[in-house]
Order: sequence, then C-alpha cells, then structure tokens
Amino acid sequence: MKVIIMGCGRVGARLAASLDEAGHEVTVLDSDTYSFRRLPSSFGGTALFGNGMDTEALKKAGIDECDIFVAVTQGDNRNVMACQIAKHLFNVPRVLSRIYDPLREEMYQALELETISPTKI
Amino acid sequence: MYMIVVGGGRLGYYLLKALLNEGHEVLVLEKDKSICKTITDELGSVCFRGDGCEAATLAEVGAGRADMLVAVTGDDEDNLVACQVAKHKYNVPRTVARIRNPQHADFFRKLGVDVTVSATDIILEAIEREVPTHPVTELMTVEEKGLVLVDVRITADSPNIGKALRDLNFPKDSKLALIIPHEGTAQVPGPATILAPGDQIIAVTGEESVDALKDTLRG
Repeated sequence: MKVIIMGCGRVGARLAASLDEAGHEVTVLDSDTYSFRRLPSSFGGTALFGNGMDTEALKKAGIDECDIFVAVTQGDNRNVMACQIAKHLFNVPRVLSRIYDPLREEMYQALELETISPTKI
Repeated sequence: MYMIVVGGGRLGYYLLKALLNEGHEVLVLEKDKSICKTITDELGSVCFRGDGCEAATLAEVGAGRADMLVAVTGDDEDNLVACQVAKHKYNVPRTVARIRNPQHADFFRKLGVDVTVSATDIILEAIEREVPTHPVTELMTVEEKGLVLVDVRITADSPNIGKALRDLNFPKDSKLALIIPHEGTAQVPGPATILAPGDQIIAVTGEESVDALKDTLRG
C-alpha cells in the first residue's frame, strides 16, 4: 500500500520505518530536512521536503495514488487541516491524524476524521 | 451585531478598532498575554485571553449568540479550525477566514468557511486592473448562481473593432451589462452597439463561459 506520513518527528519516523520494513511504499513529508535524520539508514522509502498543507507538495508526494494519509506533526490544527485536504480534495480512502487535545478530538470526529489521541491512551 | 475576532495581531487589532467605531459588539480572542494586555489597556475589556480554535474558549465567550466569527491569525490551519468549530459546533451564521495560501480558498469554502480573504489575491487583482496585459478582470462572483461579473477591455488590435454586437456569437449565459467607452459616459449596450478601441465592457457570465466570452469580445 502507498502511505504518506506528514511529520518526521519521533512518531512519524518510527512509523515510516516500520511500514517500510513491512513492505509498504512510504513517503514522509516534513518542512525541516533536519528531521529526516531520525529515519534509519535502512529506510527504503522517500523522504520529501515540503509542507503537508500545500497541495503542490502533496501532489509531489504522490497523494493522487495514495491509500493512507497519516498526519503526525506537533500541531493539532495542522494535522486536521492536512487530513481534510487529503480526504476532501484528493479523496484518499483513509486518513488518520494525531490530536493531542482530547477535547478537540471530539470536534474532529464530528467532522468525520479518524483521530488518535495519545493523551487518552 | 456580535462579532468574534480570532487573533489579536496587527490585522485583528485594526479590525477590532474599526468594528468598535462602527458601534458593533466585538471581542478579540488572543492567546498571547502581552498582546491581550496592550489591547485591554488601550481599548477596554474587548480582549479575551484564550485559544479561539478551542470549543471551550468559544463557549466561554458566548459563540452561540455570535453573528459572525472572523479568523485572522497568521496561520491558515488555525483560521480554518476556528471557523469550523464556530460553524459546526456553535452554528455561527457567518464565518470569515484570512488565508495566506490563495490555493486554499475553494477548499476552505467547501469545509464550512463562508468567506476567505487572501492578501495575495487582492494585490493580484489590483495589479490586473492596472496592467493592460490582463484583458479580463473578475470583479465579483455570485457563488450561489455560478455567475461572475467581469470587466473586459477592447484593445486597439482587436479584429472586432467596428463590428456590431449582434454580429458576434456570445455564449448563451453571458449578458453584457454596460459599455464604458474610452471617451464619454457609460451606456447600456444594444444589438446595434459598435465596438471601439478602449471600450471597457462589464458583463455577467457563467463561470465556465468566462474564456469563451473573452474570446468572442477580443477576437
């Protein structure tokens, strides 16, 4: 499956590495190339510099053929906006976002976005 | 009218001042403590410290009775979420968002933001009006009807100069509303009106026919 991960932080990098190991086609997006240091040297996917809320960057990342879009940046609003772009503009079949604030999570679920809140877990 | 402004930066500050002057009930939501203090010191208690993207903050400031929410922070994502929470959770009738990336406009409107304002687009429009290389300027969009109000200029090299309007094939959904000749005052065009160089034509047309109308008028 083709997966795009927005945000190459600790969670994003780890997720990218394990999905890549499992044989998926992974592209990681981050607006700071320094973040890509977190990817293991064995990483066989694509690390792309770009803003996940920018449609051009998303197209470059191959969002038109993407099966899953995951947003795991530090910003809740950023994650939510990127997910809505992926869902409504590019019709990605499955979009997931991390939301730190459980209060907000409720709201986003009302907008039919699949969210994971580490605060609650 | 009760209006909530999200973001107390320079844009939010001047907006607040102007709206207060017009006699509206306005409240600014701002996260930063020192910005809140500056606004409160100068304009009274019209600034609430909190995150305008959070449902709890909006509940506290009575978003349920707000007539309008205007999100003017510097980040598109924050403006989108503030408008969405206001619209979907508190049924605020009108939401306005400032956008930095002009490409976000359509997408924001699809997701519950009523009006988007992009400085880039506004400046571009101003340039288009001034620069003759842009023959067609979109003046206004009537979204519910899918109509656009456009301004087309007839240049001196147009093959249609000297032709009457009845001899041109206009798209079905295009109506010429006014002709402003190079000299003289505006006139309502009729079938016998003859095109002259420097004519400025104001027309209403369907969104899809803008290019066809331009081609018909400019040859």
